[in-house]
Amino acid sequence: MKKTVFFGTLTVAGLAAGIAAAGTLDDVKARGKLNCGVTTGLVGFAAPDANGVWNGFDVGVCRAVAAAVLGDSNAVEFVPTTGKTRFTALASGEIDMLARNTTWTFSRDVDLKFDFVGVNYYDGQGFLVPKELGVSSAKDLDGATVCIQTGTTTELNLADFFRSNNISYEPVPIETNAEGQQQYLAGACDAYTTDASGLAATRAAFENPADHVVLPEIISKEPLGPLVRHGDNEWGDVVRWTLNALISAEELGVTSANIGDMSAAAGDNPEINRLLGTEGNLGEMLGLDAGWAMNAIAVGGNYGELFEKNIGENTPIGLARGLNAQWTNGGLLYSPPFR
Amino acid sequence: MADVSFVRTEMLPERAPPATAVGIIGWMRANLFSSALNSILTLIALAFVLLVLGSLVPWLLSPTWNAVSLTECRSILHDLGREGHLGGACWGVIRDRWVQLMFGFYPSSEYWRPVVTFFMLALALAPILFAEHTPKKLIWFTAIFPFLMPWLLWGGTVWSPLGALVGFIIAYFVYKAVAAAMSEALAMIAGLVAAIIWWMLLMGPIAGALSSIMPFGFEPVQSRNFGGFLLSITIGVVAIGFSLPIGIVLALGRQSDLPLVKYICVGFIEFIRGVPLITLLFVASTLLNIFLPPGTNFDIILRVIIMATLFSSAYMAETIRGGLAALPTGQYEGADSLGLNYWQSQRLIIMPQALKISIPGIVGNFIGLFKDTTLVSIIGLLDPIGLSTAIRADTAWNGVVWELYGFIAFMFFVFCFSMSRYSMYLERKLKTGH
Amino acid sequence: MTTLTDPPTESFRLSMLIYDTRYRSITFQIIALIGFLTLIGWLVNNTAQNLSDLGKEPSFRFMTEPAGYDINQRLIDYTSQSTHLRAAFVGLLNTLLVAVMGCALATIIGVVVGVLRLSKNWIVAKIMTIYVEMFRNVPVLLWIVLAMAIMIETLPSPREFKGDEPTASMILGDTVAITNRGIYTPEPLFSRSLGDVHLFGQSSLNFNISIDLLVLLAVLIGGIYVSRQIKHRADKIQETTGERPTTWYLRLGVVAVPIIIVLVALGFHLGYPELKGFNFKGGTHMRNSLIALWLALSLYTASFIAEVVRGGILAISHGQTEAAGALGLRPGKIMNLVVLPQALRIIIPPLISQYLNLTKNSSLAIAVGYMDITGTLGGITLNQTGRELETLLLLMLTYLIISLSISLVMNWYNERVKLVER
Repeated sequence: MKKTVFFGTLTVAGLAAGIAAAGTLDDVKARGKLNCGVTTGLVGFAAPDANGVWNGFDVGVCRAVAAAVLGDSNAVEFVPTTGKTRFTALASGEIDMLARNTTWTFSRDVDLKFDFVGVNYYDGQGFLVPKELGVSSAKDLDGATVCIQTGTTTELNLADFFRSNNISYEPVPIETNAEGQQQYLAGACDAYTTDASGLAATRAAFENPADHVVLPEIISKEPLGPLVRHGDNEWGDVVRWTLNALISAEELGVTSANIGDMSAAAGDNPEINRLLGTEGNLGEMLGLDAGWAMNAIAVGGNYGELFEKNIGENTPIGLARGLNAQWTNGGLLYSPPFR
Repeated sequence: MADVSFVRTEMLPERAPPATAVGIIGWMRANLFSSALNSILTLIALAFVLLVLGSLVPWLLSPTWNAVSLTECRSILHDLGREGHLGGACWGVIRDRWVQLMFGFYPSSEYWRPVVTFFMLALALAPILFAEHTPKKLIWFTAIFPFLMPWLLWGGTVWSPLGALVGFIIAYFVYKAVAAAMSEALAMIAGLVAAIIWWMLLMGPIAGALSSIMPFGFEPVQSRNFGGFLLSITIGVVAIGFSLPIGIVLALGRQSDLPLVKYICVGFIEFIRGVPLITLLFVASTLLNIFLPPGTNFDIILRVIIMATLFSSAYMAETIRGGLAALPTGQYEGADSLGLNYWQSQRLIIMPQALKISIPGIVGNFIGLFKDTTLVSIIGLLDPIGLSTAIRADTAWNGVVWELYGFIAFMFFVFCFSMSRYSMYLERKLKTGH
Repeated sequence: MTTLTDPPTESFRLSMLIYDTRYRSITFQIIALIGFLTLIGWLVNNTAQNLSDLGKEPSFRFMTEPAGYDINQRLIDYTSQSTHLRAAFVGLLNTLLVAVMGCALATIIGVVVGVLRLSKNWIVAKIMTIYVEMFRNVPVLLWIVLAMAIMIETLPSPREFKGDEPTASMILGDTVAITNRGIYTPEPLFSRSLGDVHLFGQSSLNFNISIDLLVLLAVLIGGIYVSRQIKHRADKIQETTGERPTTWYLRLGVVAVPIIIVLVALGFHLGYPELKGFNFKGGTHMRNSLIALWLALSLYTASFIAEVVRGGILAISHGQTEAAGALGLRPGKIMNLVVLPQALRIIIPPLISQYLNLTKNSSLAIAVGYMDITGTLGGITLNQTGRELETLLLLMLTYLIISLSISLVMNWYNERVKLVER
């Protein structure tokens, strides 16, 4: 019996082991599923519900890419990754893309050999403190105990910030957001620091969100975006332009409500026509079918709709658009043209 | 002359023992208040028990079973005038998520498959664990089960496990044929080679062809959909199953007269036992793909199973070595005197006895490994502890702590406690057997 | 002269490699060696191939670059500008700290529980059984996160000590503060300190040892040595004259008096913790992560040690005690001279392997954010540098060295107390 277990399961292992070929796009099409790395759980960005269905802002990007490539927004396997495992998961080909609030930095792009395809959320590191502490600036935090999530750029930013301001602090490293929240609420740390969006999401889940404030200082730039492996430019283009399609759709006024009408026949606006595939052959250039962008946008709507549905002002998280508004509204979102 | 007797001729009637020596009072005097020190100890212990129960029971009895979010729990408890940490548990989260804690993201229409698998596992283990009480024929089911289990859990076509099984049959017949003609050692090698040729070259195409002609199988389930206790049990059972043959080989290697073989085995065992499991899991999550040929890509759960297997095979080897050492030397000498060669005596005399003695130790290994599967939460897999984090990331259950940990701890306790009781029963049985 | 019994001269045939037992072992070993080397070569080859595909060169140079992150608990000097190597060293010391503390506490609890489980008092024995079964059968990781959650949720935060009507207060005459950030206790200070010795100069592994501590240790050891001499003398007098001189005050004096003199000379005083700003300042701070990890590991391991101790005591047959009694030994002597030496022979080997388990389990510190070597070298350093191969190699090597040292001690002990079989 003993040997049989060994070889019996070896066969299964052999069946499940995929062979990664050169082109990720072909792989994904052959597999019929997109493997998308997400966080293990961050309110508003990615979390599974009771039925195991993942929802959130980052999840929306994964679903849009799956819809663009495979025509089915549910053809996604969500792979939960931690700060430690996310890069190896991507580098080893276990996941095809990573959409896990990951900061675009020089060393990750150049040294770790990844391609950031764009920015889906402009963020910055902030501090969350209880109002009763009476702190109005991060520079007043001398001697405070600060909770940080490890495995991110946050701990380096934090060390730099306190060193450059010549004030002391006590770092409390924590593994997950849920733990950080627990420690912060119980008063085991005076301040909780992570990306401002994460802080807002965390604060939103509190019993009394009004008792806590996010300090005005934003101590770092955190452009968060999806990334893919270095060197596979076709696949990088697919993810990049799917993201751009979502952003452009908002700029051009294409929403999940009117996309059916707009894509039925070519309209007056040539850029919309090119985007939705009623004119030109952009999809073919990407190696996808003509309706790729339409599929992507139809899943959860354009960038603005995704934002509003998952993290916007009408959700418990209540983030304002801020830097993430369209460039026409004073934000930083600026998609290159579709032509 | 009167018949005078100075000795009593009949017994006095028995008297009841004093009230203080029997019944509850007597028992209490003997067991609780036998001395001043003991009385003090008893009182302290009683106070402790009352304190714990007094704060725990009201917390456990909390009418929040139907709540759909933590806020609702809080408002239910608030209406009852119970506030704070010990106000009451929020059981709604367990009602809402217990299925997920059990099965993870396994497709809900297929839940019967793991359930059937684990019932069959119990059936397959019965001939080994309760040898006297089970019909002998059941051992054939045990032999088939290792092929059945992956097929049921992971799904896919039925021809792959059948193909794997055929490999063993081929190996057996080649072994028989060669052993009749030449030496036993050569026969083993020949059998192995024949089986490997079948698995590597012939099985894939044949199974593929058969499944296209007769597509019979279950819907395949990706192993990343495994989660919760299903994941823990799968990792534990598969790793222990795999590690048993490896452990036997390592244990024999460690006792071998061949110095080179011995040192390789000792080196492997001591290395694995010298490092914490978490570092091996880090290897699984970040390095294992680097060690394999470019392009190979196991998913993370299979990588974890591989590392867990290596981990437990080192411990298994030590357990089996203990079993081998516990056999009286007479058994070895007896086998030698019958003129059996090394492999024959191992197969017919030594191993059956050594493995039987080792069963309690193997059960102990399994309990240890089963508990250690919780470590996979650190590398981001959604085992019960990992899932508890994911559940707390849901806005409805943000802030729930004790109920989830308590439920998980309770489940682990039930599993491990019953297994450890079984292994103790077995130990007692083996002891009287001699 | 030739006889018929002369063995025939053998000519070597190739088939003897398989059929002749003298050569067969060599054949097998060569096959095993070739197989083993092929496996190693295959792994190394794959690794090299994959790494060059990823464009990474294995190199340990990153260890001398600035780490860039802060560590809260450090037994030696460390800033975010120190090297990764130094961060690993800080982590290693933290690992050793919690391992030593854990082993000590686990032994104490384990021995007490093991003895109490054999108690005649029913309720005490039952409580101990419940404790043992409860801790043994639930994963240690769960105990660690639970211990942390209990510390955080139930203890007061420093904020609650503040204000005009604080909801929490310090205990033991305002000297000890128990908060959910840890426990603050008074620290020993020397106003006429002798300074530190600096070891290893400017390298990454440099550290300081307080001369005050060394002096105190030296005085203590000297005192104990003299005290033992006094005991030997008393023993001799007792053997020759039959009367034992009273020496306890002398023996106590030679240990205590020099220590007190040295303490006064060094200007010993206590520094008390005080609430300043956000936190307590001054005093010794035992962080909640350390306490949670320490308690959880100790309680978990103690449940195993309790079983070991119980088994050891039960294994000594009653006849041993009775025989010792028949020789006229008093109960204390029976315990010291007959039961304990035999029970220890059974208890110590599994006890040491429990110590080994505790040390390895301390790597779960990462779950509560205690910065042990897994948290620094295998955690933040790995994340920040992306050097998985190098950091994990170093990490495993470190644990391997710790484990092997513990095993060596165990083997040495086993060798010493081995029963000589007849």
